[in-house]
Amino acid sequence: MTSIFTHEFNTPIYKGKTSFNTGLYIDGKFVEGSDKTTIDVVNPATGNIITKVAEATPKDVDLAVAAAHKAFDTTWGLNMGGAGRSRLLAKLASLMEEHQQELAALEALDNGKTFTWAMDVDTTFAIDTIRYYAGWADKIHGQVQETDEKKLSYTRHEPIGVVGQIIPWNFPLLMMSWKLGPALATGNCIVMKPSEFTPLTAIRMCELIHEAGFPPGTFNLLTGYGHTVGAAISSHMKVDKVAFTGSTLVGRKIMEAAAKSNLKDITLELGGKSPNIIFNDADLDQAVNWAAHGIYWNHGQACCAGSRIFVQSGIYDEFLAKFTEKTASLKVGDPFDLDSYQGPQVSKIQYDRIMDYIQSGKDQGATVHLGGDRHGTEGFYIKPTIFTDTTPDMKIVQEEIFGPVGVVIKFEDEEDVIRQANDTVYGLAAAVFSQNITRALNTAHRLKAGTAWVNCVNQLHANVPFGGFKQSGIGRELGAYALNNYTAVKSVQVNLGHVM
Amino acid sequence: MAHTVKIPVPALNKEISVSTGLFINNEFVPSVDSSEVIQCFNPATEEVIASVVAGSAKDIDVAVAAARTAFKTTWGKNVTGWERSRLMNKLADLIERDAQELAELETLNNGKPVAVARDFDIGDSIQCLRYYAGWADKITGQTIEVDNKSKMAFTRHEPIGVCGQIIPWNYPINMWSWKVAPALAVGCTIVMKPSEITPLTALKLSELVVEAGFPPGVINTVPSLGPVGGAALSAHPDVDKVAFTGSTITGRKIMEAAAKSNLKKVSLELGGKSPQLIFESADLKQAAAWSALGICYNTGQDCTAGSRIYVQDSVYDKFIDILVSTVKETVIGDGFDKSTGGGPLVSKAQFDRVWGYIDAGKAEGAKVVLGGERRNTKGYFVDPTIFTDVNSDMKIVKEEIFGPVLSIGRFKTEEEAVALANNTTYGLGAGLHSTDASQCMRVSGLLEAGTVWVNQYNVLSNNVPFGGKKQSGIGRELGSYALEEYTSIKAVHWNIGEKLQWPLSL
Repeated sequence: MTSIFTHEFNTPIYKGKTSFNTGLYIDGKFVEGSDKTTIDVVNPATGNIITKVAEATPKDVDLAVAAAHKAFDTTWGLNMGGAGRSRLLAKLASLMEEHQQELAALEALDNGKTFTWAMDVDTTFAIDTIRYYAGWADKIHGQVQETDEKKLSYTRHEPIGVVGQIIPWNFPLLMMSWKLGPALATGNCIVMKPSEFTPLTAIRMCELIHEAGFPPGTFNLLTGYGHTVGAAISSHMKVDKVAFTGSTLVGRKIMEAAAKSNLKDITLELGGKSPNIIFNDADLDQAVNWAAHGIYWNHGQACCAGSRIFVQSGIYDEFLAKFTEKTASLKVGDPFDLDSYQGPQVSKIQYDRIMDYIQSGKDQGATVHLGGDRHGTEGFYIKPTIFTDTTPDMKIVQEEIFGPVGVVIKFEDEEDVIRQANDTVYGLAAAVFSQNITRALNTAHRLKAGTAWVNCVNQLHANVPFGGFKQSGIGRELGAYALNNYTAVKSVQVNLGHVM
Repeated sequence: MAHTVKIPVPALNKEISVSTGLFINNEFVPSVDSSEVIQCFNPATEEVIASVVAGSAKDIDVAVAAARTAFKTTWGKNVTGWERSRLMNKLADLIERDAQELAELETLNNGKPVAVARDFDIGDSIQCLRYYAGWADKITGQTIEVDNKSKMAFTRHEPIGVCGQIIPWNYPINMWSWKVAPALAVGCTIVMKPSEITPLTALKLSELVVEAGFPPGVINTVPSLGPVGGAALSAHPDVDKVAFTGSTITGRKIMEAAAKSNLKKVSLELGGKSPQLIFESADLKQAAAWSALGICYNTGQDCTAGSRIYVQDSVYDKFIDILVSTVKETVIGDGFDKSTGGGPLVSKAQFDRVWGYIDAGKAEGAKVVLGGERRNTKGYFVDPTIFTDVNSDMKIVKEEIFGPVLSIGRFKTEEEAVALANNTTYGLGAGLHSTDASQCMRVSGLLEAGTVWVNQYNVLSNNVPFGGKKQSGIGRELGSYALEEYTSIKAVHWNIGEKLQWPLSL
C-alpha cells in the first residue's frame, strides 16, 4: 500500500494544502518499493521528519527500465511525432504553472530555500525550461549531405532510448526540468532518481506528468540512495545513457560504472570552485551586489557559485567594506518568513561538512572576516561567512565547500590573477568585472570555464548552454546543445544507382 | 462606419458577429478619408453577407505608422523571445477555442466545407502558430572565429521591421497563419491586407489578437482592394518587407513597386501549373486517388493543384478508367451540407474565368472525358472536368486555371515525362508515382519544382519548407526556412585588441 502525504501550509508567506502519493512511479502507477522500505524526508529548518516516502531498490530499477523500454518501443520513441511530444510538454508546463505556489512551498519545506526564491527562480525557471523544450520537440532536424546524384545520404537524429537521470538536492525541481525537458522532447524514456534528501517536488511532479497525458513508462521516478539505485542505474545493461548532476566524486563512480557495464553514453554536471575576478575599473557597487549573489545565492549550494572572489588591490579595501556590509545585511531565517534571504543548509551532513571547512580555514590561519559559525539553535543554519588572508593551498581555497562561505583574495597583476583563477581542477564557471570591455572580454575568453560571466554572476537562461570544462563535467545542458545529449545520429546512405 | 455586424447562418440557425472596421492599434476604426466599403459574398448563394470598411492608401499610412511605433517600443527588440512565444501560444489556444465558429465564417465567405475548414485549415493554422511559437526563443546567431587575439565576431539575427503581408482568398485563415506566425516569432510587426474577396475571418482573428494580449500595433488588419491597399503597401517607403501570396501577375507588380520605392525585401508565393507523372510501375489505384486529391481538393483552387497529369503509354488506358471513376465520386456542393467534399468557386470572377478555360479547351480540340457541363443553379459551382488528348500549346495546358479542371497527356520514356513536366514557366509543385526507387531518386532530382511529392500529392507539414522555383515565387515559407524571410542579419566586428596605425605601413 502506498501512502498519501498531506500537508497544510499555514505560514506568513503562503497558505495552502498539498496532498499526493509518495510511492515510486513506475509504468504509470504509484507502487511501493520491492523491499517495502521507506526513506525519511527531513525538514532542514527544524531537523524534524516531514514524511516517509517509498524507497526503491535495484529490483525496482529493473522494473522501471523494462517499463521504459516497452513505452519506447510502442507509445513513445518515434511512435509519437514531435508535435505530439510538444503538446504534452506544453501541457505539463501549464500544469506546473497552475500548481506553482504549491510546488514552491514543497521545495522550500524539503530543501530549506526560501519560498520567495523557490517562486521567483526555481519554479519559474523550471516552467520556462519545460516550455522551451516543448518548442524543440518538433524541430529535431537531421541533414542531407551532398555526395552524388546516385545517392541519397542523410542523417536522422534519433532518440537514444532509455535514459537514466540522477539529479541533486540543491535545485530539485529545476534540475528535474533541465533533465526531463530535452530527454522527453527528443523522444527518450526516463528512469529518474531524485536526491534522497529532496524527493518531494519530483514525486509531486509524477501526478502532473500523469495528468498531462504522458504514456505509462515514458517517465519513471525511483526515490532511493545513490549507492543502491544510482549505482544500479549507472551499471544497468539496458540503460542506454546516464545523465548526472552532483559531486565530482560521484561523477567519477558513474563514469566508471558506465564504462564497466555497457559503455553507455554519459553526461556529467559536477562541482566547481568558480573564480570571480573584480578589476580596479569595475563598477564597484554593482560588483559588490553581484559578488554577494555569486556566493550566497541558494545558501552557497550552487555548482557554479563564485566562491573565490579576486579583488584588485586598488579597490580591495573599499570592496571588502561594502561587501561585508552587504553580506551582513542578508537575513537568515525561516524559509517561509517574508523577509528571509537565506534558509538552512539542506541536511545535517552538509551542515557538518561546511562547518568542517570553516574550521579548517580557521586552523590553517585564514581570517574570519564575517560570520564563521552557526545561526540560531535549531535546524541547519549557517551565517554567511567571509574569509580573507588566505593562501592558495588552503582547503577553503582549493575545495568546493557548497555553503555560504566566500573567500576574498587580493591581487595586483592581471596575468597572475588569470593564472590563479585557472589553477583548479574545476572549470564550471567564472566571472569578470571591469568597465573596460576589451579587458573584460579578453579575460572572459582566457578563463577555462564552461560559462564566463562578464559583469554578472549566476545568471542562467533556458536557451543558453551550461556545463563544465575539466573536472567540472562532460557535455552541456540547456539551449539547443542539450538536445545532442539525448539524440543518436544515424547516417542513412541509400544507393539509388551505383552498380557494384 | 466601423461597427459590428451579425451575419446570419441559415443552415445552422445562428448568427456570427464580426467587427467590420479597419483593425489598427488594437481597435476597429473607420477609414480616415473614405466611405468605400467592400461587399462580401456567399459563393454558394451569390448573396451579400456583410460589408466591411475598404481601406484607402491613407489608411495604410496610418497602419504602417502604428506598426512602426510598436516595432520601436513594445515589439522588435523590446520584447523577449519568451514573451513572443507566450503570446503566440495564447493566440493559438484562442483560435482552438473558437475553431467551430471561425470555420463557419470561413465557409460562409469562401465556400469550403465546414469540417474541412475546421479540421484542416484551422487545425493546421493552430499547429502553425504553435510551431513558430516554439521558434521564438530559439533565434540564434553565430560566433565566428576571425582572430582570437583581436576580434570578437558574431551575427545577430534581427527582425526586419514592419512587414506588409498580402494574402489570398483560397485558404484565408491558413494563409493568415503562414504569414503571421514566422513574422511574429522573430519580432516583426505586421500590416496585413487580407483578400478583398474573403476579409471576414482575418477581422475575426483580429479580435483574438487583442484578447491574447498583443500590444497595439503589432498586428494590423486593413481589408482593401489590391490596387489600393496592396499597391500602397508594396510601394510604401516605411515598410521594410512585403510578403505576398497570389497570382504571378500581381506578384510582378509587387516586386516592381518594391524595386521602385525603397528596395524593400520581397517574398512571393505565386501560381503553378504543377504536373504529376504516373509511371508504369506505380500503384495505379493509389496514384489515381492522389491525382483526384491533387485537382479536386479545395475545388482546384490551390497554388499546387496537380492540374497536368502525364501517364506512361503502357498504363494509360487503365489509369484513365480508374481516375475518371475516382474523380466522379467527388461531391461539389454547399459547404454547410455534410456530404459536400468541395465547395463552389469563391466568386463570380473566378467562376467566369474557369468556364472561359473549359470553353477554350473544347474550342482548341481537347476531349472532355468527365464534366464540362454547366449547372443551372445558383452558386458558383463547377464540377470536376477532365480533358484528354491535349497538347502543350493549348491554353488549358499552359495557363493556371485555378479550378477543378485537369489536363491529361501521355509519354513513352522517363526523359519525355520529365521534359513535359518541366515545360512551364512555373515551378511550385510536382508529383511522381513509381515503385522503382532509382527512378524516384532520378526524377525527383530532375523536376524543377520547390516541392516534389513521391507517391503522394499536396500534403504539407508546418515544419517542411514550401515555395516556388522559376516564376512560382521567391523565398520559402514553413519550416525553419520561413524565419530567414523575416530576419535581417547584422554582423558585429568587435575589436578586442587591434591598434591601428594610420597611414598603413605596407
